[in-house]
Amino acid sequence: MSSPRIDVSNDTPHPQFHAAPGDHPVADTPSGLIRCENVDVFYGDFRAVTDVNLSFGKNEITALIGPSGCGKSTLLRSLNRMNDLVDGARVEGQVLFQDDDIYAKDIDPIEVRRRIGMVFQKPNPFPKSIYDNIAYGPRVTGMKVSNMDDLVEESLTKAALWGEVKDKLKQSAFGLSGGQQQRLCIARTIAVRPDVILMDEPCSALDPIATMRIEDLMHDLRREYTIIIVTHNMQQAARVADRTAFFTALADDTTGDRTGVLVEYGRTSQIFEQPADQRTEDYISGRFG
Amino acid sequence: MTTSTTRISAPLARGIHGDRKPGPLLFLILLWLSLLIAFGVLATLLVTILVEGWGKLTPQLLTNYPSASPDTAGARPAVLGSAWVIVTTAVLTLPLGIAAAIHLEEFADKKRWFNRLIELNVQNLAAVPAIIYGLLALGFLTLLQVQNKNIVIGGAVALSLLILPVIIIATREGLRAVPREIRDASLALGATQWQTVWRQVLPASVPSIATGSILALSRALGEAAPLLVLGALVYITFDPNGLMSGYTTLPIQIFNWTGRPQEGFHELAAATSVLLLGVLLLMNALAIFIRNKFQKRW
Repeated sequence: MSSPRIDVSNDTPHPQFHAAPGDHPVADTPSGLIRCENVDVFYGDFRAVTDVNLSFGKNEITALIGPSGCGKSTLLRSLNRMNDLVDGARVEGQVLFQDDDIYAKDIDPIEVRRRIGMVFQKPNPFPKSIYDNIAYGPRVTGMKVSNMDDLVEESLTKAALWGEVKDKLKQSAFGLSGGQQQRLCIARTIAVRPDVILMDEPCSALDPIATMRIEDLMHDLRREYTIIIVTHNMQQAARVADRTAFFTALADDTTGDRTGVLVEYGRTSQIFEQPADQRTEDYISGRFG
Repeated sequence: MTTSTTRISAPLARGIHGDRKPGPLLFLILLWLSLLIAFGVLATLLVTILVEGWGKLTPQLLTNYPSASPDTAGARPAVLGSAWVIVTTAVLTLPLGIAAAIHLEEFADKKRWFNRLIELNVQNLAAVPAIIYGLLALGFLTLLQVQNKNIVIGGAVALSLLILPVIIIATREGLRAVPREIRDASLALGATQWQTVWRQVLPASVPSIATGSILALSRALGEAAPLLVLGALVYITFDPNGLMSGYTTLPIQIFNWTGRPQEGFHELAAATSVLLLGVLLLMNALAIFIRNKFQKRW
């Protein structure tokens, strides 16, 4: 399935599609590479997310799950200041990356986004060649690259795409299939050497085979990167995530405005097997959402 | 053996149906008539000027200077004058219009009242009659105490004012057509807003900017009113050779000849119209070609 050039397939067993979360040793408490402290996210006067406290572990995959409108994508986008681009969006509380408040006045959001990359719901390659899609990030961020060809190969290899595209690097990225485009977007993100990769429902536009390949890829990437993924697909969370955070939308008693809250956070096995909260259990067993 | 099957409901309806019923049919005919009228007017116009100007559609039209005799007169200064004015207009307008559009679309805070005001103004300016821009340019040149206002740069300024809003609007639409996802992708990689606009959004919208600009310039090329106000209706027997040079343009030359009593000048006017129409047609064809060939499908 994968090209033989993928280094991980040689020395380590390839992660299984149905790898149970428990296969991977997960520390008792997350290391807190990114921490949310009392985070509220507003769009104008509308409070989309209320009082989230979350700690994400380094080299772990954390899934954010919950019904539509629970604010999980909003929270994800506030972790690398992509929300800044939305008119009227505002974050209260603190988002700490390696103990630095990313919303502090003297922090450059451009730098935050380079260190904390993002892969979007719909594959969004640039209307350029495959090669230029990868080289774009390093170029604009002024990365010192001794050999761009090597970096392109390395990034595509890590994204398990090199074997499929190595002979057509100069061709348009639009010629790739949806799944290949999404892996290209992941490769593009890797090329700027981020610490964290945020994924906003990365497989929702893909077929099951392409989804499986992305999930395999995520297992591989965990060695080097910290991954936070929003997914609507609970099976996906169960398959890939080390930890899972369950969000839901609560209606305000007086105004009726709905806002997203964190209900429960823990190891994926615990969330799926012994949820502490009734709402979590209802959601994962398919009773609502 | 019978092969017929049992009917489970009424047979399929036959006879006149759908768009062939009288009501829809009448409407369809009216639509065709409208098209026919529009096309008929255009065809009449084209045939008339072609027939009238055919005899004068000679190389002489391009090489000779205007003269008192229709037999030796040509539109050489007007052709060159139009070229000078349009190129100057393009040089003045394109950078300004595209930059203004980029600012309005990508950088300006759309919630601020003055940005909204500017936006509203740009929309309205596109509908201001051409002659007003001529008067504005006239006032401007008077303010600068320019004695001879019939100069290339003066005409170019008037035409620039005229098409600036059109170019701004066309560019904004081009920029807006670039999907949000492309900007997000670029910014999420650590590119700045400026890099994102310069390296992703602008290249992706070049086809629509080019199309809009060519159409705007072809409008300026056919415009006579603002230039008339600036005194471009003059008898020119030299080649315009610079920004401060006197000039005349094709539409003004046509206007000039049409006003003469001799039949020969009317033929010259028709021939020049054919020339102008030909150039406009070429420009519009180029715009359509660029749009079809390079436009991105997302």
